[in-house]
Amino acid sequence: SRGAEGAAAPPVFTWLSDGTKDSESFTAAARDQFQEELVIRPLHSGDIYASFQFRTLWDTDFLQERQKVSHYRLFPKSLGQVLSKFSVRELHISFTQGFWRTMQWGQPFIPSPPGAELWVWFHDTVSDVDGNWKELTNVLSGIFCASLNFIDLTNTVQPSASFKPLGLGNATDHRFLRYATLPREIVCTENLTPWKKLLPCGSKAGLSVLLKSEKLFHSSFHSQAVHIRPVCQDEQCTSKAWELRQTLNVVFDLYTSGQGKKEWSLFKMFSRTLTEACPLATSSKVYVDITDNPEVKLKQQTVVLGDRRTYSVFDLTRAEMFGQLRSLNLLLRDMLRPLLHAERYVAGFGLQTGEIHTVIYNNHPYRAFPVLLMDSVPWYLQLYIHTLTVTSKSRDNKPSYIHYQPAKDRHRPHLLEMLIQLPPHSMTEVTVQFERALLKWTEYTPDPNHGFYVGSSVVSALVPSMVAMNTNFTQDQPLFSSFVPVKEESSYFVRVYTEPLLVNLPTPDFSMPYNVICLTCTVVAVGYGSFYNLLTRTFQVDEPSLPLAKRLANLIRRIRGVPLLA
Amino acid sequence: MAFSLDTNCGLLNHNIIGPIYCTSTIFPPDILITQFWFNYRHVANTLSVYRSVKRLGIPDSHIVLMLADDMACNYRNPKPATVFSHKNMEFNVYGDDVEVDYRGYEVTVENFLTPRSKRLLSDDRSNILIYLTGQTGNSHGGNGFLKFQDSEEISNMELADAFEQMWQKRRYNELLFIIDTCQGASMYERFYSPNLMALASSQVGEDSLSHQPDLAIGVHLMDKYTFYLLEFLEEVHPASQANMNDLVSVCAHRVSVSPGHHTDLFQRNPGSVLITDFFGSVRKVEITKDTINLTSSVKSGSGDMQIESLTYVDQLPVAEIIHQKPKQKDWHPPDGFILGLWTLILLVFFQTYGIKHLKHIF
Repeated sequence: SRGAEGAAAPPVFTWLSDGTKDSESFTAAARDQFQEELVIRPLHSGDIYASFQFRTLWDTDFLQERQKVSHYRLFPKSLGQVLSKFSVRELHISFTQGFWRTMQWGQPFIPSPPGAELWVWFHDTVSDVDGNWKELTNVLSGIFCASLNFIDLTNTVQPSASFKPLGLGNATDHRFLRYATLPREIVCTENLTPWKKLLPCGSKAGLSVLLKSEKLFHSSFHSQAVHIRPVCQDEQCTSKAWELRQTLNVVFDLYTSGQGKKEWSLFKMFSRTLTEACPLATSSKVYVDITDNPEVKLKQQTVVLGDRRTYSVFDLTRAEMFGQLRSLNLLLRDMLRPLLHAERYVAGFGLQTGEIHTVIYNNHPYRAFPVLLMDSVPWYLQLYIHTLTVTSKSRDNKPSYIHYQPAKDRHRPHLLEMLIQLPPHSMTEVTVQFERALLKWTEYTPDPNHGFYVGSSVVSALVPSMVAMNTNFTQDQPLFSSFVPVKEESSYFVRVYTEPLLVNLPTPDFSMPYNVICLTCTVVAVGYGSFYNLLTRTFQVDEPSLPLAKRLANLIRRIRGVPLLA
Repeated sequence: MAFSLDTNCGLLNHNIIGPIYCTSTIFPPDILITQFWFNYRHVANTLSVYRSVKRLGIPDSHIVLMLADDMACNYRNPKPATVFSHKNMEFNVYGDDVEVDYRGYEVTVENFLTPRSKRLLSDDRSNILIYLTGQTGNSHGGNGFLKFQDSEEISNMELADAFEQMWQKRRYNELLFIIDTCQGASMYERFYSPNLMALASSQVGEDSLSHQPDLAIGVHLMDKYTFYLLEFLEEVHPASQANMNDLVSVCAHRVSVSPGHHTDLFQRNPGSVLITDFFGSVRKVEITKDTINLTSSVKSGSGDMQIESLTYVDQLPVAEIIHQKPKQKDWHPPDGFILGLWTLILLVFFQTYGIKHLKHIF
């Protein structure tokens, strides 16, 4: 069963450096390792979901004061320097184009909201968290060529119960957590290029040769993320190592890209084929989800997202994998409805008031479970919290925990966190009314009629699992099932993002200053001019000028010396 | 009513050579997002010059590329992640290796003249190439300025002053300024710093023309001046001996408007200035046969291992969340208003009912 892909490879030893006679310098076993993985999963709607995960594990301590880390091998230096300079305990950043349709596609392995999302846990030795946060966003915006420098205090929140650290740690004082989203952020090749440069093999070998932007961005959903956190190095968890995970999720719509038929291949999806594994990787695998096609060989079963799925594993470090034609005809059966799913929309009319409705669906037939809803609304939508209502099955549902931090104009957004118990097989609706503010004319973006974005709501939940989850941490686990640490067997943690909202604010007419100046100047010129004339003009009697004939006659008369005509 | 103006400006500071590109899309406030797509050709202009410059050897660390709008991943683009400069989608100038430093709303006059972050460090040995493209000056007059995002503008005087500041601070050795806009020559009229050479695609009072439309994409793909400029640059290789006079003359006879050039402030003869002085860079490589001893890597870590077992944090600790104590607010003494209010109430009480009730209090 599990012998197909082999046990974990032994750690890679570094090479001896030329010219040095110091024998103890490089003969120690390298303390970093790199694994790469691609999971391909056909979705119920005919799309194909491909998820790349690249993981670098490094046993080092960035937060040491005594000796700075200076020798980087597999771990990218730019990120290592960021971690040590800003005393970062955990960093999660994602760039997404498109919206994940939970109802048609199921749950993603790594969820992400549209646009850019950044949340960071700082170390508790940091004294000025806001200053560190500001500098960190600027540095990251340079590294990833994104406009992350627009993250400032007006769109940063400190969630009190959501976004607990995904890595090792004890203290969870939420003063050291910062969360921000930029729903308007565009993702394009210029974000993918620096992301690829962080990989040890770059885009030259291994699975990253498939990452070509023309195909990746011609998709229904594209999300690339970087997750850095401390993890257990081994099962006893006596020491910790830093883990850098770079994930890229993409959903290809093979119908609209002209394929038509339901067969797919790596070449059709990425317009490239795999030629070799990354030589720096200890494991390089491709998993294909064949749960609905049990006849295929090379199987491995894994429990992921509360469901036991079967995968066909291709180990790229084995040379005999290449050069063989593998065709898998996959049938798709009906997908199970995802147990948790959320939507959000703005109701109301006009440009003064409105209502935000968030609808959360619990599709489990008989189990109720709690969800934590986190809403971060910008200050220019002034929420009226006294109108907040939570109803399930048309009955009032009182949340067991509410944390609300009101907004401060131009300083802080609204933060609303609620722990709601969802009854089984129900729809819960959360509504809150708001009023739209009139901004100062310099605060409008150059395109104010496009609207203003409100970031996605985050619904975090421990969903009861149909299948027992694996709580043991082993090195052999595929990466896609070991992202979120599992504490108990009966439930798994899931995070669902709603759609971002696009809200129109009352927009002034920006040509009015020009019109006002013209009008005022005209009025002043005409009015004052006339008044001045009236006051200062003197009138003189003017002799009317003679017609031409008489003038000529006068001329002749002057010559003759005769008196002139009148 | 001002219509859509697109300004692409690039500033490139390089230790040896560097072009800078910046693009800003301007659109009138009451016209919706449809106008973005209209200015596709300016992004294609900028990217084609960026591409040539990268091909001739300048690394990304020495290029500042500013694109005010996203054309490649725009939903209107029938082929995402591509920007074409030739019709029939022959030539993708976006490529796979582009790094945009300023995009979208970040393209402002302030970031162009005085960037606070993502700046390049140039010194007095740097040659700088600045390439601006867009539209400036409309039929209602108004030459001598370039609009940024339709909400601010940069005048030719400001630009001249900025270059003078750079000269005073010894930030450049020689500077080549290329502008592809309507009435482009008006932008370099006011330059007064030494070692500046400027090229423009049209004279004052003339309009710059766009070159080729593509029926699939639906817009014009490039401007005429930049098209011929790109054609010329494609033939330049890092060891080429082509000089500035070739560059100036390449566009003169083929386009219908007359491009202008301003070489008075330049100290060297334009015929002796190589194209690669500005558009390309050659790295000097020193080969040595000495051995270099590398010091050993950090040897720490084995001594101070944590003995206690570490655990992951619970992702949704429901019980903990419900019983989370609210933050203790600091106690403040009662406000003056409250004190005054209570004093008033007490006074009225004792006024009405007499002083003898005081003994019930004390």
